[in-house]
Amino acid sequence: MYGNDFAGPDAGSDGGLLGQVEAAEAALRAAAHRGRVEGDPAALQDYFDAVIDADQKIEPRDWMPDAYRRGLVRQIAQHAHSEIIGMQPEGSWITRAPSLKRKAILLAKVQDEAGHGLYLYAAAETLGITRAELVDMLLDGRQKYSSIFNYPTLTWADIGAIGWLVDGAAIVNQVPLCRCSYGPYARAMIRICKEESFHQRQGYEILHTLSHGTPEQHAMAQDAVDRWWYPSLAMFGPPDTDSTHSAQSMAWKIKRFSNDDLRQRFVDMCVQQAGVLGLRIPDPDLRWNSERQAHDFTAPDFDELMRVIKGDGPCNAERMAHRRRAHSDGAWVREAAAAYAAKQEEVVAV
Amino acid sequence: MTTVDYVLRLGDDALVTAQRLGAWYAAGPEMEEDVALANIALDQLGAARLLLTYAGELEGAGRDEDALAYQRGPADFRNCRLVEQPEPDFGVVIAKLLLLSAFQLPCYEALAGAGDERLSAIAGKARKESAYHLDHATLWTLRLGDGTDESHQRMQASFDTLWPFVDGLFAGDDGGPVDPAELRKAWTSTVEDVLGRATLTVPAPVAEPTGERTHLVELLAEMQQLHRAHPGARW
Ligand SMILES: [Fe+2]
Ligand SMILES: [Fe+2]
Repeated sequence: MYGNDFAGPDAGSDGGLLGQVEAAEAALRAAAHRGRVEGDPAALQDYFDAVIDADQKIEPRDWMPDAYRRGLVRQIAQHAHSEIIGMQPEGSWITRAPSLKRKAILLAKVQDEAGHGLYLYAAAETLGITRAELVDMLLDGRQKYSSIFNYPTLTWADIGAIGWLVDGAAIVNQVPLCRCSYGPYARAMIRICKEESFHQRQGYEILHTLSHGTPEQHAMAQDAVDRWWYPSLAMFGPPDTDSTHSAQSMAWKIKRFSNDDLRQRFVDMCVQQAGVLGLRIPDPDLRWNSERQAHDFTAPDFDELMRVIKGDGPCNAERMAHRRRAHSDGAWVREAAAAYAAKQEEVVAV
Repeated sequence: MTTVDYVLRLGDDALVTAQRLGAWYAAGPEMEEDVALANIALDQLGAARLLLTYAGELEGAGRDEDALAYQRGPADFRNCRLVEQPEPDFGVVIAKLLLLSAFQLPCYEALAGAGDERLSAIAGKARKESAYHLDHATLWTLRLGDGTDESHQRMQASFDTLWPFVDGLFAGDDGGPVDPAELRKAWTSTVEDVLGRATLTVPAPVAEPTGERTHLVELLAEMQQLHRAHPGARW
């Protein structure tokens, strides 16, 4: 399915995965009409369990277990923060893009990521927390964002590699979330996945052009893939054997597939595409295993992943400093907007 | 007949504006504003591409939008100096956008109805975008001018800093269907109205400083560096 695409720009590259997004969208429309249930705690829990069992959606009006709510806030917030921090590594190439067309595409992509952050903060807000509180937790380090954005973008080819690999991994991770049991999150993911598939295709096109360009361009593309491959594999999280949140998350139908299953799906998808790109995946042990009907591959360095998550990646400090600076530089503007709005209200009241 | 320089002037204003706004990724005071600034940058870049493409055709020397954007030096850029001024804070971004869009809107409106078919098609699309840019800049000028004491001072300082460059909006080539000098009346009434409502003072006329255009030199060095490092490459 997903791997056999990119034959050409109009070959319907996302056939399989986008089809899943659409099916999820139809299920959500059907779920939107249920009424609200009231009753004693046991009845509420039973109702919650029944909704989950029936693959229906939990909506903000519904009772839900505290841990379900907390887990969702943590996950959606981390996802929203990732979109916002994720604007930085690529944004820094907007002013240097090598053609006006590429500049426009990159500007639109970075703008999409800001939009993704906004949808996701809005989804988190349906769980009884405000965007301002979540942003504070990002800024003071209580909440995290995806470790992938702590790697530097050294050349233009990194913009291609990020689109192909990072947006590609994001799609593999996120398409199942379109069917997640919490309605507002599932709806946000549907909008987001449709845009991410454009990002992946654009990144692929950048790499394809570079790979088939001058020898310097080809080398630049290969170097970028060499650097982004393992961090992209690490985006799927720790191996199933030590993933802390997975089992409960699967039972609640927030998560649908294990980290390792998704990672495998991503590797299988990339191998074929790398062939068309004319670029090498930097793994000497990567080979087809006919028994498993899947590729064997070298796992990413999970110790490095943990170090980067804990704050010790190449760009953690820089990314947080940029975010904090934007926030504090904008304080006078936000204060002015609030003061102006208050004055306008007074005028209306008089 | 429309001259190449006339079209370049319009295209370079838009391109340099997009280049400045493009540096504001993930740096706006609100996330909604990141989206809005990227939108405006995309509009300006879109207009720039159409205008540079047309300029290249008028010139007839085989230069496309990228050749004109990436392979001309600062001396050949025709933009007004207002747009190349640095944007050290959000107040300057907004002040500059107000001054520029109050010019671009009547300019594109006039071009949309004037004799050059290509320009009128480009302007017909761009005028709608300019109307949004002017609305956006107006809204923020009001909020910041009439917000807190600090924001009032910062906004006034932003307009004061940019004021020496407003004459440049109306200078330049009149080798096209609309003479920029004729747009000054409309521009003045828009700007005076917004500044007045924002409790800001319209600065007194100041002459444009002379000297090297270091800001433009630096802006182009950053924009063109990668493209120029790989002569003849496709991207
Ligand atoms: Fe995104
Ligand atoms: Fe993306």
